[in-house]
Amino acid sequence: MRALVLLFALLLGGAALAQTALPPAPYANRQLDDPALERKATALMQTIRCLTCQSQSIADSNASMAADLRSEIRERIAKGEEPEHIRAWLIERYGDWISYQPTVDAISWPLWAVPVLLLIGGGGLVLARIRRWKGEG
Amino acid sequence: MKGKLLIWLPFAAFAALALLFVAGLLRPDDRLIPSKLVGKPLPDFALPAAASDRPALSSAEFAQGKPRFVNIFASWCVPCAAEAPQIAAMAQAGAPIDGIAIRDARADVDAFLKRHGNPYSRIGLDARSSVQLALGSSGVPETFLIDGQGRILHQHIGDIRADDVPELLKMWRAAQ
Repeated sequence: MRALVLLFALLLGGAALAQTALPPAPYANRQLDDPALERKATALMQTIRCLTCQSQSIADSNASMAADLRSEIRERIAKGEEPEHIRAWLIERYGDWISYQPTVDAISWPLWAVPVLLLIGGGGLVLARIRRWKGEG
Repeated sequence: MKGKLLIWLPFAAFAALALLFVAGLLRPDDRLIPSKLVGKPLPDFALPAAASDRPALSSAEFAQGKPRFVNIFASWCVPCAAEAPQIAAMAQAGAPIDGIAIRDARADVDAFLKRHGNPYSRIGLDARSSVQLALGSSGVPETFLIDGQGRILHQHIGDIRADDVPELLKMWRAAQ
């Protein structure tokens, strides 16, 4: 029994060591003291994509790279940097991929334009029908 | 007649969209995120020494007229151990290689180098991934080729396999 417990303890220890032995960066899991700044940082972190777990935001991820990025973002915001400036800095390095905030650009504008066009088209159809009914009536 | 054709228009639109989605689903998954800094100057950094017997690394060491490789690795990273022989082969061929150890500690780096060899000229310790983020690197291991003017020429994502070595050395020679 004791040998079994020891074996499991060793296995678990191995899993913990597989990533990194260092403690997390200072602000990886600690909030900023100023609630207004922390709110700014959290809002940004929820829209920055984790490089390791590619379907999560860095606010949700336990990956060590996400932890380092959280700490980096909190420290920069504490120093007075604007969230959108940090986002631009990251996009400069990783492309639009890193940001969950939708953009309007050469490739994504149809996504925004199509609903408006459909609404106008649909409205036109309805209007034409109503006119015809009135004509018949 | 015209009205009859028009009736098929929504169906045609649906079929076109379905085709687009199926094409997207069938496309092979690409999880690599290349750095957008390739072709741009290396960001400024200054890192402390990561190993006991190698000097520290700063961006000033590049841009001195000769192209160099910089290998992003970590003692806790298994593929980094797997690519060590290839890094050693590149160093043996004369290519200068510096290292950046991510989220590491000096004792661990020393042990890693003792076990897997030390082909590096300088090794910087990036304890909190800040230089890795500044480089647009998305994991370990990665290898960047920097030209003599300090511009990033190439990024190799993942471990260097034996058949990647000739290509990387060719790029390095072309940059001379």
